[in-house]
Amino acid sequence: MAEERSVVLEVRDLSVSYGKVEALHGLSLRVHRGEIVTVIGPNGAGKTTLLSALIGLLPLRGDLVYLGERQSAGRTVEQLVRQGMTLVPEKRELFADMSVADNLLLGAFDRYRAGHRDQLETIDHVFDVFPRLMERREQMAGTLSGGERQMLAMGRALMAKPRLLLLDEPSLGLAPLVIREIFRTIAHLRSIGVAMLLVEQNARAALQVADYAYVLETGSIALEGPSGSLASDPRVIESYLGLGGRH
Amino acid sequence: MDLQIALLLGQDGVTNGAIYALLALALVLVFAVTRVIFIPQGEFVAFGALTLASLQAGKLPGTVWLLLAMGTVIALIEGATAVRAHRFRRLPLILLLNCGAPLLLAASLLAVSPAGLPLPLQVLLTLMLVVPLAPMLYRLAYQPVAEASVLALLIVSVAVHVTLTGLGLVFFGAEGSRTPAFTDVSFEVGDAVLHGQTVLVIVASILLIVALYFFFERTLYGKALRATAMNRTGARLMGISGDLAGLLSFTLAGAIGAFSGVLISPITTIYYDSGFLIGLKGFVGAIIGGLASYPLAAAGAVLVGLLEAYSSFWASAFKEVIVFTLIIPVLLWRSLKTRHVEEA
Repeated sequence: MAEERSVVLEVRDLSVSYGKVEALHGLSLRVHRGEIVTVIGPNGAGKTTLLSALIGLLPLRGDLVYLGERQSAGRTVEQLVRQGMTLVPEKRELFADMSVADNLLLGAFDRYRAGHRDQLETIDHVFDVFPRLMERREQMAGTLSGGERQMLAMGRALMAKPRLLLLDEPSLGLAPLVIREIFRTIAHLRSIGVAMLLVEQNARAALQVADYAYVLETGSIALEGPSGSLASDPRVIESYLGLGGRH
Repeated sequence: MDLQIALLLGQDGVTNGAIYALLALALVLVFAVTRVIFIPQGEFVAFGALTLASLQAGKLPGTVWLLLAMGTVIALIEGATAVRAHRFRRLPLILLLNCGAPLLLAASLLAVSPAGLPLPLQVLLTLMLVVPLAPMLYRLAYQPVAEASVLALLIVSVAVHVTLTGLGLVFFGAEGSRTPAFTDVSFEVGDAVLHGQTVLVIVASILLIVALYFFFERTLYGKALRATAMNRTGARLMGISGDLAGLLSFTLAGAIGAFSGVLISPITTIYYDSGFLIGLKGFVGAIIGGLASYPLAAAGAVLVGLLEAYSSFWASAFKEVIVFTLIIPVLLWRSLKTRHVEEA
């Protein structure tokens, strides 16, 4: 390929329907290695639908090329996880009655099943990224604060040593200080080479951390471009960054 | 009733209760992971007991045919799926697992005469014949409808139960079997006699429960099963597929059922349809635990065993009635105590 960076994920003309209702129409996007790509947009634009379809929880139409391989229509979540795609869901989906340490270990389940036995090493890396989880390792996941839950959800995803991390609204329901911490971590993850597709309502924070951005409105891409130039685009400023625009 | 009889009945009750406790644990496990109410659990008890009896009588147990047949059907289904997906490299493994292993087992049954083997080997053969039927059942009957409602899965369970009971009649005939006691040792405890078989059943049950505890608390596969029970979506996102969790929990349930059958066969005469009632008593125990709590389910099952033993003394005609009536106050108490949550 003539491109300077290899493409991790390429989506062309993707559509997703719930029954007869089409939620996403003809969407195309691309994520390169070591890059943060963000999809911003209002509530109900289809952001969560996009990530659910990418990870295989929802059926989709269109072309999906991941790590240079075309994904068949029948691909399953498990196959994608095996290939290093991991979703940090909006609802976190933690194992509430298990300890933080067990939640993290389960994040490495697929690697364990594939014969890798480096879980203890990986868990140390995760504790480096989220020292708070280290303090809480024996605590039940259900008793954590909102910010800690998000850290655990991300830490659990990192246990799979993902090549592409899909992040669904990591700032949702968190206090501003915690949001700042989470986004610092997201920037740190890029520096260690994890590609990320970040879906956010908090456009300001997302555009600050991302390299490239798409604006999703009512199921299709309305705008796209490098985050810097989108952040200064009057349409984006008016709808998403203006005084009232901090969703 | 004097003390001696009371002790004797208590011994009986705890022995049966230990078996019911094992079954109750398996029922809770299968329900928590797959939402299936595993009525055929009892058939695994009967198949376990009767397969062991057949082996000891020098007959080829009918379960071997079932194993071969189900293995072949699964190999055909999985093979067709693999061919359609152009994943030809998977074919040898599919054939080996589903056809090769059962054939090898059948051949070795014909080659050696199992009747002459020592008891532990006979038990091992029994487990090898019966346990794989459980994941195979999951693959054939439950996996295609895994996302269906609890009620639909229950209906599948009833169908599987009726089918297996019928097959049991074909395989083992209408006469019951009883295997010789594993041990003739007995202990004098005060006035009462403690049979070696009783001690064996209780000890084996406790060991199995401890082993299950370690499996769920200490191994990643055990934790993965608990994770699936807690949060299916979360587990899938970690690569723990519902199919894997289903196969694993069914394998455990099948093993627990077959092993219970082996344990109970020297104590009671087992007929092809005896499993249902035994399983149902485990189910009453599981209900006492709300189909969710393992310790409560086990305790409830022991209670069922004791209640059954004592009611057989005072009102033997109403023995089953009394045991199953227990479920009404339990359900009342549970429905008053817990907030009702609609199934999502």
